[in-house]
Amino acid sequence: MSAAAEISFDNVVKDFPRPGGGEIFRAVDGVTFSIARGDIVALLGKTGCGKSTLFNMIAGLTGPSAGTVRVRGRDPFGEFDALRGEIAIVFQNDRLLPWRSAIANAGLGLEMLGRGAAERKAAAQFWLTRLGLAGHEADYPHALSGGMRQRVSMARAFAAGAGILLCDEPFSALDEMTAQTLRGEFSSLVRENGRTAVFITHSISEALELGDRIIVLRRPARIALDIRLERGMDRARRDEIRENIQAVLAE
Amino acid sequence: MKAPGETARRAAELAAPFAVMAIAWEIAAWNFPPFLFPPLAAVFRRAAQILVTPDDFVHVLATVARILAGLAGAFILGGGAAVLMGRSRAAERFFGPVLNFLQGVPALSWVVFAIIWFKGTEQRIFFIMLVTSLPAFAFQVLGALKAVPKDLFEMVLSFRPTKTQMFRAMILPSVLPEILTAWRVNLGNASRVVVVAELVGATGGVGYELLQQQQMFDMAGALAWTLQLVFFVLLAQWLLTALETRAFAWRAAPERSL
Repeated sequence: MSAAAEISFDNVVKDFPRPGGGEIFRAVDGVTFSIARGDIVALLGKTGCGKSTLFNMIAGLTGPSAGTVRVRGRDPFGEFDALRGEIAIVFQNDRLLPWRSAIANAGLGLEMLGRGAAERKAAAQFWLTRLGLAGHEADYPHALSGGMRQRVSMARAFAAGAGILLCDEPFSALDEMTAQTLRGEFSSLVRENGRTAVFITHSISEALELGDRIIVLRRPARIALDIRLERGMDRARRDEIRENIQAVLAE
Repeated sequence: MKAPGETARRAAELAAPFAVMAIAWEIAAWNFPPFLFPPLAAVFRRAAQILVTPDDFVHVLATVARILAGLAGAFILGGGAAVLMGRSRAAERFFGPVLNFLQGVPALSWVVFAIIWFKGTEQRIFFIMLVTSLPAFAFQVLGALKAVPKDLFEMVLSFRPTKTQMFRAMILPSVLPEILTAWRVNLGNASRVVVVAELVGATGGVGYELLQQQQMFDMAGALAWTLQLVFFVLLAQWLLTALETRAFAWRAAPERSL
């Protein structure tokens, strides 16, 4: 495991008690991997394969039952506050605060870091503009379309300045045209700004389009495939990877 | 922007029930002696006199102060109990039945208990106002806390805020609409209870003055003092509405109402 890894999992197990007590349900079964700085990694798998559990462990929202999870060398669950400002999440739904304007929503992450109003406003303005929302700064979420709201939530994640972006199927609630556009913008912004991104998806096409690397999970979360994608690979190679993934997911 | 015709229609709709009540009252005033149904002009003259006579108006202020003090105390204690219940299932299991029990006790019983337990009039009134409003505030604040959207809470939590930041950015804006509604409801209830509370030996206040009017069989006076409380409730509701309009400008207004 690389010492410089941004995110590392070492033989991680996660068990949940079943409702009613007694038995346990194993959601993650001995997962080991590491993610380097600047990588865009897709966690791909069918529904219920433990993608969200892995995601929540990286975010520090849940801890492992066994094994170790490290984000920038720290335990994200046990040292929750120590990673303040290091991680930002783009959720499946925009999760904008309805009582805040677009610019106030976009500045939320910096507000949590205790930054001043001027700095928050400048950063939020910059990222809203980068994401094509100039002129909508004062709009409340109810006045924005679904795509625009998701852009604000992406601006919120980028403006927070976090080195690690976690994305939980961020384009799945959007129509295909909007999702296509946003995927392209998101990928460019992550690369341009040297962020590390981990995104959950159940779409092979999305994983191939966005990722530098695809980790395919089998139920309960166990790594079935770990593929590094070469830049500019030809269609035949993409189809080959797609078929490999489909074969694993069909098992 | 409403058309002038629409505004006039809404104003007429608003005024219609009051106009009907006023006409019915005036008809009664023509047919019965003034000590039963005094003319409205006499009632409003008395009400206006109270407002401009400092020795009288001080009684209105005393009652308003008692309402606000009781509600503030009930809000602080009830809100505190709600926060405890929201944070701990054990606290909810303990306080829930206690508050339900308190809510079942009639206001008049609290008056009796207050007379027995407390010596000072102000203590009695404060106790009655507090204990009659506390359960409602506790349940309303608890309901508001439980209704905080979990997905938004998790989103804010993902930025690893301090407790103060979480309260300011998420909890307070989320519960504020329900808290303002709770104040609206409890204000109306408290203005009715305070009159009963002031009957327990108070030497001032709207309740005390109402008792005086009753002893003198002065219906115009009784109505004029009652109107002071109605005016207060209307003024307070208007202020709360103005606050809501300002604070909740972010809410989407549907073009078609239910």
